[in-house]
Amino acid sequence: MPSRDVVVGSRVGLHGRPAKTVVGVAAAQPVAVRISTAGKPAVDASSILAVLSLGAKGGDTVTVEADGDGAEAALGAMVEILAQDLDAEPADA
Amino acid sequence: MRDALTGLGVSPGRTAGPAFRMAAPPTLPDTVPAVADVEAEKTLATKALTQVSSVLEELAARVDGEAAEVLATEAMMAADKTLADAVAAAVAGGRPAPWAIADAIGAQQETFTQLGGYFAERAADLADIRDRAVAHLLDEPMPGLPVPGRPYVLTADDLSPADTALLDPNSVLAIVTRRGGPTSHTAILARARGLPAVVGCAGILDVEDGAAVSVDGTTGEVTEIDESEVDGVREAAARERERLAALTGPGRTADGHAVPLVLNVGGVADVVADAEGVGLFRTEFLFLGRTSAPSVAEQERAYAELFGALGGRKVVVRTLDAGADKPLPFLGLAAEENPALGVRGLRVARAHPEVLAEQLEAIARAANATAADVWVMAPMVATTAEAEEFAAAVRTAGLPVAGAMIEVPAAALRANKLLEVVDFVSIGTNDLSQYTLAADRMNGDLADLLDPWQPAVLELVASCADAGRSTHKPVGVCGEAAGDPLLALVLVGMGVTSLSMSAPSVPAVRAMLAAHTLAECEHLARLALDAPDAVAARQAVAAATNG
Repeated sequence: MPSRDVVVGSRVGLHGRPAKTVVGVAAAQPVAVRISTAGKPAVDASSILAVLSLGAKGGDTVTVEADGDGAEAALGAMVEILAQDLDAEPADA
Repeated sequence: MRDALTGLGVSPGRTAGPAFRMAAPPTLPDTVPAVADVEAEKTLATKALTQVSSVLEELAARVDGEAAEVLATEAMMAADKTLADAVAAAVAGGRPAPWAIADAIGAQQETFTQLGGYFAERAADLADIRDRAVAHLLDEPMPGLPVPGRPYVLTADDLSPADTALLDPNSVLAIVTRRGGPTSHTAILARARGLPAVVGCAGILDVEDGAAVSVDGTTGEVTEIDESEVDGVREAAARERERLAALTGPGRTADGHAVPLVLNVGGVADVVADAEGVGLFRTEFLFLGRTSAPSVAEQERAYAELFGALGGRKVVVRTLDAGADKPLPFLGLAAEENPALGVRGLRVARAHPEVLAEQLEAIARAANATAADVWVMAPMVATTAEAEEFAAAVRTAGLPVAGAMIEVPAAALRANKLLEVVDFVSIGTNDLSQYTLAADRMNGDLADLLDPWQPAVLELVASCADAGRSTHKPVGVCGEAAGDPLLALVLVGMGVTSLSMSAPSVPAVRAMLAAHTLAECEHLARLALDAPDAVAARQAVAAATNG
């Protein structure tokens, strides 16, 4: 199955706004996308609870995988969104 | 008028209206019914979760910013496939829909709790989803804010961040909670929105929904009144607000003794136009939720934004106040048994001197680029040696005025020695109360011990003020005590030279000071110090100012 590794660009890790954004992109893909961190089984990338349960921190490497028609394009979209810092606005006091 | 229910006034102002309680979360019955039709039960469970998700989406659409983000994410969780699968599996195992949802959410909460930190905080969102879904299935009232259709006094055990995010300031007149202390979420929110609030009010949940109450967020008094009295209380309060708003200008006593009334701020948004300056600039906002320290350039921009808004006015910057109680991931501090007594405030610089050095560099650059009169102080100073080391670091960075916060009794007792090595001190009464009375700030059951009117705390403040007088150096108060109009008189009478508070507290303090001479304040300070306990101290001062 095609897969790609990517370093999580959001400094806060995959929770809050970054998790929500990543899940939204995964859900918009025509194929099922799965995501995993080192040592953990892959989970459904379009499930917010599954993605939060990875506990992925900024700088962690995650693996995304997908199969079938459009899998490569889907993985490209996932890598692009995961590599960004999705929480660049300063946190409120 | 019936009996007064006394709590701790944490946000000033007076109002009256019908009390309505925050609905309590539903509880599952003790007996678990058998599931007759598994497929039908699965449908029930799925529908409940879908319903919760769409309600949360609607709520998210009604608010902006961070609150909308939090609610939209919670809506996404309620509609989540992983959750639906776990619920379906529990139903298949013989659990009825409400129990199946509670089980599945319990397991997911455990996963989040084990991940810790920000992930653990999401466990509370899951609890809210569970409560809403169970209430829906059992046909019980939905937990959350009441919707009585007219302005009301919100009463609750305590408020969660989600509740406070949704709170509509046009329909809520005041907040009264059974738990919570002066620094609870409720207190901070109420002050920011200018809503009167009383916390630690033991009997509040016995008040019937719809019963009229008057609330005094200054004295902490909550009284059940007759409905016919409501308008009178509100009109009197409105006249009082108008009278206060009409008074402007710098803080001074009736005989012209100047006492600058400055602001506690977390950023430029908290600064009001007529402020005399800033007495406490909390810099934590720049550091929260970061996996690496913000760069010097980023910090400089943020500081310059605030300094620039102040023109030539004074701003006291508090260096980073983090620790195990306010964890910052990039500091990598170990969890502690007693975070309040651990590595926090200035103590963080022992392990990470570079964080302090970079912050001071950024403050110095921003100070040079703007006209503001920039002072810098360190939180959680315990010894003169710490204060001396900090002052040296401040001066090395090219900043002229270095101070220490007095939050630890050890520092208060040695204020005269501290003032030999720093240019000023500022007393943080919230922490000083916590450490003097050995009472956790976060423990609502100990709110009486955390009362800043505690004579032991006042005595420490008085000795700091004496030290300031003998060394001719400023002694400010920047805890919320400074925003209590009666206590402000006492502090000024002791010799405190400036009072720093949140902006909504300023008008009442300004008016109170303007109505009393320095000699009167000195007399009130003696009354408070001679009182046997906190309640008596407040009563004695209140009686003397009314007379």
